[in-house]
Amino acid sequence: MAMYNDKVMDHFMNPHNVGELENADGSGTYGSPVCGDMMKIDIKVEDDVIKDAKFKTFGCGSAIASSSVATDMIIGLTVDEALAVTNKQIINELGGLPAIKIHCSVLADHAIKSAIYDYAQKNGKSYKGLEGFDPDADEDDHHDSCEVE
Amino acid sequence: MRQVYLDYSATTPVKEDVLKEMIPYFTENFGNPSSLYTIGAASKEAIEKARTQVAKLIHAQEKELFFTSSGTEADNWAVLGAADTLKAKGNHIITTKIEHHAMLHSCEYLEKHGYEVTYLDVKPDGRVDPEALKAAITDKTILISIMFVNNEIGTVEPIKELAAIAKERGILFHTDAVQALGNVPIDVKDLGVDLMSISAHKIYGPKGIGALYIRKGVKLSNFIHGGGQESKKRAGTENLPGIVGFGKAAELAGENLDSHVAKISGLRDYFIDQITSKIENVTVNGSREFRHPGNANLTFEFIEGEAMLLYLDLRGIAVSTGSACSSASLSPSHVLSAIGVPVENIHGSLRFTVGDFTTKEDLDYVVTELVEVVNKLRNISSISKTKGW
Repeated sequence: MAMYNDKVMDHFMNPHNVGELENADGSGTYGSPVCGDMMKIDIKVEDDVIKDAKFKTFGCGSAIASSSVATDMIIGLTVDEALAVTNKQIINELGGLPAIKIHCSVLADHAIKSAIYDYAQKNGKSYKGLEGFDPDADEDDHHDSCEVE
Repeated sequence: MRQVYLDYSATTPVKEDVLKEMIPYFTENFGNPSSLYTIGAASKEAIEKARTQVAKLIHAQEKELFFTSSGTEADNWAVLGAADTLKAKGNHIITTKIEHHAMLHSCEYLEKHGYEVTYLDVKPDGRVDPEALKAAITDKTILISIMFVNNEIGTVEPIKELAAIAKERGILFHTDAVQALGNVPIDVKDLGVDLMSISAHKIYGPKGIGALYIRKGVKLSNFIHGGGQESKKRAGTENLPGIVGFGKAAELAGENLDSHVAKISGLRDYFIDQITSKIENVTVNGSREFRHPGNANLTFEFIEGEAMLLYLDLRGIAVSTGSACSSASLSPSHVLSAIGVPVENIHGSLRFTVGDFTTKEDLDYVVTELVEVVNKLRNISSISKTKGW
């Protein structure tokens, strides 16, 4: 479909890292079915490095593609490096998203941070990249909040 | 790859007989119908023939039918024209929450210019409650506009009963019959409507041509201003080939109405049965009894419509979705919302509309592919029946 570029379509049709991790070290969910997009990301962390990540997404083509590429991007990164991943980098990695779909990349960005937040909470860790992060913020109006990103 | 078009409510292909009729009016018989010389007169004659053909389909008189550029223009003309004509009498308009945007946006425009609009709720099957209409009427009500057949869920409204309520109170009644034309019998006199919008491209005619039925005796301010075309009511050089095509399409629709309805309703029911028996957690939106013969609006729980649409498109299947993610506004379908479909389910809705060129084999192919698509997306989905959310 002309709306999406080939890379977005490839990630949508053949998404990487679909599923859930047993005994995940961190698990984060962002968005809501009411908004039309909800993303769940699980991470496995060893020595502060994200060794594995899986996702499950209820959402449109770009939400699934954003989830796929975001999990690809954070596997192998340190937690600090993963926290530094922005929605703009996710968009760049996808080769661009239509303006109306930018919120999908924000969803992926927030789901990553939510998973790391959960990991930090469970392990008594604190990360600079999580300062001020509220995993429950703006779930109901993330479409609107994304427009200013 | 097989190509299956299941979006006949969006638009239909032009039938060959219609196209054949139109072609000479692009090239040989191109005269301006307002011209006095021979080829102009021939064009004028062709327009009047088409007017007769279209009028016959809705049992109107030729003089009551005015060609427009689209159903949207007809809707705009009806509501804005009536509001202007009757402004001394009142400023209240009644419509419904499930109208097409051509009507809703016209009403929103009027609200900015001092008019008051009541948007009636509908019942869970999408039907308007006549008692609710009666209750909404005030001394200031000048127009009631209720669509004949809903474009998303296919619900057929009790127009005759609703128009009778309007008539009893001396209020003008308009219906947007764009989806009804060629799919349900229409007799404007029997229905008792004053204004009716119709369009050619939903009945295997060309795009860019519609019409407004204005009952004899009804006064309506002009919407398009200019020359004296269409009995000085709708200016602009006529879309001659479009009008000729509309005429032929209307003639064919009238001749084939019964067989068309029998065929597509049979296919539609077969499709719904197949889908609901092969895929769990699917619901049919809208009335099963009072329904456009070709419409199947279905909710597939736990997955999102645009994602389904994309996967189906890659398999050569064209459908439509009520999901917010496919729209520029990110607002989910106002129609599904109005009939009480939970928002999360609206996102997972698809509209399938079968038409004259649909075959059972097409539908079997779609069912097979859809089973695979739904399973794949549910496997990716973060929500499920067992998990909830």
